[in-house]
Amino acid sequence: MILLTRRATFSASHYYWNSAWPEEQNRAVFGKCANRNGHGHNYTLEVTVTGAVDLVSGFVVDLKWLKDVIEREVVDVYDHRHLNLEVPEFAETIPTTENMAIAIWKRLEAPVTAAGGAKLSRVRVYETADIFAEFRGEQV
Amino acid sequence: MKAYFTRAYTISASHRLHTDALSEEANKATFGKCNNPHGHGHNYRIEVTIAGPVDVETGMVINMATLDSVVHKEVVERFDHMNLNLDPLFAEKVSTTENLSIAIFDLLSSALKPAILEKVRIEETENNFFEYSGG
Repeated sequence: MILLTRRATFSASHYYWNSAWPEEQNRAVFGKCANRNGHGHNYTLEVTVTGAVDLVSGFVVDLKWLKDVIEREVVDVYDHRHLNLEVPEFAETIPTTENMAIAIWKRLEAPVTAAGGAKLSRVRVYETADIFAEFRGEQV
Repeated sequence: MKAYFTRAYTISASHRLHTDALSEEANKATFGKCNNPHGHGHNYRIEVTIAGPVDVETGMVINMATLDSVVHKEVVERFDHMNLNLDPLFAEKVSTTENLSIAIFDLLSSALKPAILEKVRIEETENNFFEYSGG
């Protein structure tokens, strides 16, 4: 099996807050991330797809096409945005790195699969060089 | 939804690859420069990966503050700026990064419970890295 990964970057702000909880609990659980004025990161996104190698092109997918899909579905929506306030999937869901990996998977799964050649294998989101979350489509 | 959360930590430590089971010549032949009697050191980059469902209330697999405090207590305080060979865990084992990965996985997998430790990955240098997932 061949795995192919395309990397992209975006910068966005966010904060962690569960509106069902009192302020003290939010501060206790989320610490500095609960600052309601938000803070930001330079995120690195790695999108990994898998599929058969095309006999003619030698590609699993055309990387330029994959780049364009990631730009359109994710980077254009997230880059230089406040995730809590401007990205619909985080209106009610806390934009943790874990939830971002899941949300990005949901944004990419259909367009990647629709092209017919490959399927999504893994979405990895780096919040910093030392912190990252990964989603592999596992529902359990 | 099952996700994986990884956090990297750095420790600096010295070690010497040597085993009393081999002769001096055999140690030199096997471990080369790493057998230098006075030891040498590395900045180890340790990636700790936790697997599990994303908590609906927090959006997290594990709270990073909890993970940090366990890793600091079990790993950073124990090994940072230390000589690995003098740690009891390496009294009978060569302090290779393979064995360090296994030792750290075992220390963390019990200390982190009920969280599930998926993997420990250690970069000894930018060009050498080791992974252990238990079993």
